Amino acid sequence: MDFTFTEDQLLFCDNVKKFLHNEVTADSIRASWETATGRSDALWQKFVELGLTAMLVPEQFGGLGMNELDFILLAQTCGEVALPEPLVETALVATPLLAALAGHDSRCASLLEKIAAGERKVAVGHAVNHLVSDAHIADYLLLPSGNQIHLVPKEQVKLTAQPGVDPSRRLFSVDWKVSDETCITNGAEGVGLLAATLNRGALGVAAQLLGLAEAMVKQTVKYTTDRHQFGKPIGSNQALKHHMANCAVKTEFAKPVLYRAAYTVSRRPLHADFAVSHAKVSAGEAALLAAKNSIQSHGAMGYTWECDLHIWMKRAWALDKYWGHSGFHKNRLHQWLMNPNAKIGADKTFGEQVA
Amino acid sequence: MDLNYTPEQIAFRREVRQWLATNVPARPLQSFDTAEGFEQHRQWEKTLAKGNWGMVTWPKEYGGRGCNLIEWLIFEEEYYRAQAPLRVNQNGIFLLGPTLMEYGTPEQKARFISKMASGEEMWAQGWSEPGAGSDLAAIRSKAIRDGDEYVINGQKVWSTRAVFADWVFCIFRTDPASEKHNGLSFIFVPLDAPGVTVRPIPQLNGLPGFAEIFFDDVRVPVFNRLGDEGQGWHIAMSTAGFERGLMLRSPARFQETAKRLVALYREHANDILDLSIEDAVVKAFMDAEAYALSIYQTASRLMNGGKIGAESSVNKIFWSELDQQMHETALNILATRAELLPHAPAAGDVGNWLDGFLFAQSGPIYAGTNEIQRNIIAERLLGMPRK
Repeated sequence: MDFTFTEDQLLFCDNVKKFLHNEVTADSIRASWETATGRSDALWQKFVELGLTAMLVPEQFGGLGMNELDFILLAQTCGEVALPEPLVETALVATPLLAALAGHDSRCASLLEKIAAGERKVAVGHAVNHLVSDAHIADYLLLPSGNQIHLVPKEQVKLTAQPGVDPSRRLFSVDWKVSDETCITNGAEGVGLLAATLNRGALGVAAQLLGLAEAMVKQTVKYTTDRHQFGKPIGSNQALKHHMANCAVKTEFAKPVLYRAAYTVSRRPLHADFAVSHAKVSAGEAALLAAKNSIQSHGAMGYTWECDLHIWMKRAWALDKYWGHSGFHKNRLHQWLMNPNAKIGADKTFGEQVA
Repeated sequence: MDLNYTPEQIAFRREVRQWLATNVPARPLQSFDTAEGFEQHRQWEKTLAKGNWGMVTWPKEYGGRGCNLIEWLIFEEEYYRAQAPLRVNQNGIFLLGPTLMEYGTPEQKARFISKMASGEEMWAQGWSEPGAGSDLAAIRSKAIRDGDEYVINGQKVWSTRAVFADWVFCIFRTDPASEKHNGLSFIFVPLDAPGVTVRPIPQLNGLPGFAEIFFDDVRVPVFNRLGDEGQGWHIAMSTAGFERGLMLRSPARFQETAKRLVALYREHANDILDLSIEDAVVKAFMDAEAYALSIYQTASRLMNGGKIGAESSVNKIFWSELDQQMHETALNILATRAELLPHAPAAGDVGNWLDGFLFAQSGPIYAGTNEIQRNIIAERLLGMPRK
């Protein structure tokens, strides 16, 4: 029993963190809003050079063969910088799905190698989301149809942009026709992979939500330290301190829940529903509280377009509903817990290990 | 990261489970805030000590087993799972014990730890004063050096278990000219010493769980001082870290309460009109799990050489509000019967939820109010300005 990350994992995350904080700033995000795609190819190629798109790609397909625990801290950092690029969806959701099929499907194998090498991009749809994010820059789309998953080239889909509250998000509804040629899995395998994809999507979003929450608190602490009223920093007032302390409590207790979810997805994927939903609900609550308390602490400034806070706040509002809104995940928790056979109790935090 | 227990840890869990199955009293003991219940609990402490289960993390020479923190968590999980009695000496074993290990001389450890571990001596805590609550550094009670002794005068209040305990560990002002955090010392006083008067204070449930302690020219040997003269505040804060953080409220306590809450909900599910109750039950369970996961994370980090910091304040807020939320939910389920004492003829299956609810009201207050903890988090963890 050891609930810590390895030195290597922490070091790797630290390095990527520095890189991301240098590359992705409020100014660079604002600049991206003015571009056609809202995405930077140059930045994506740097991700590729660092191996980030290949982290969960098996070595035999040109990847690094790492796992969800190696990636989870990085996913948190993507939230911290409010990264617009779909790195988490690519590395944590799309590539493991393709990897699960690459053994017997050469299309998946070849695409996997090209994603790792930065030559192709892929977007992921799922019934739980309705819309597909970053479909406009994707060469291929992974799209569900009942129990099937299809790998559809961009030429065979029609995209309709669906603007939302977060100018960094790029969402699309997708018109496409189901055909036998594009089907890469179906039946029980399809059901399993769709379920696993949902859990990976929710895990990635939960991690980003925690990063967003911490970033908002950090910005608010700085603002309330700099801003003076009545001759002293407004952050010296207990009311504002308690707003931020409440955020810290929520965030600190959502972290171990997130890490257990990452561990469970990695080691016991068939038993990950409860852990993932717990992580998604907790992280969503932490991020929404951070958004609410941060805008309140910023006063009128927080309600402006000029103040950077909204970059993070809007992402939090959006991602809280993505890969399963709170109703979806709470429902899964309810069903799991209210089952009379649910194995619960102090000795079963990590499942039943003593018969 | 490896979230599987080792074969040794599993064997340890089995051993604990077996011992508890044989030894936990079949019938619940009376409240340890009654004279009779206190003695029953003292006997239970002795039983634990005989099996070397009194304080598993302590070194073997003090009656412990030298267990690491993960083993401690396993022990606690089994302890609450077996519904074993609450620890009447928790002030001693969970708070003073670790502090003594860190700051005590070999002679002090030999004198105080073994009798604490054996269940012979029960401890109370004497920190707060009428004028020193949240502002603990405003302590005015004095211990003035006179040769090999201190002469103590003053008053302590809200001393939990002091009515029936044998000893109290206090902070006194040893430098009468000093102010605030300076000039305080950490001193042990036997509660039967001449000049000590203990006045019980009934708590919400009517039982004397608190006491006021008056000191009137009480003499104790200098040997009873822990650490250096003037180091009292520093030592007290390390004790407070244990109190708010890891040791005092192990997650198993809340997980087992959450489990009972789920059972209560399932039993009454068909009669519940308030739709928010099921959500509250699920939230209680999730939060109890989150607390356990967090403590496992901290324990793992400490075992890998890390240190505990301001997170003990984060913990304290979380478990105390969780405890309130769980008991509020239970009372909402019990609905019109929630207000009844267990022996009321119409009480039915109300169990001890009301008693737990009353006790849960104290959680956000003791060990430093949650408001003070929020200030600590904002200033020390997040770096917000003090002034």
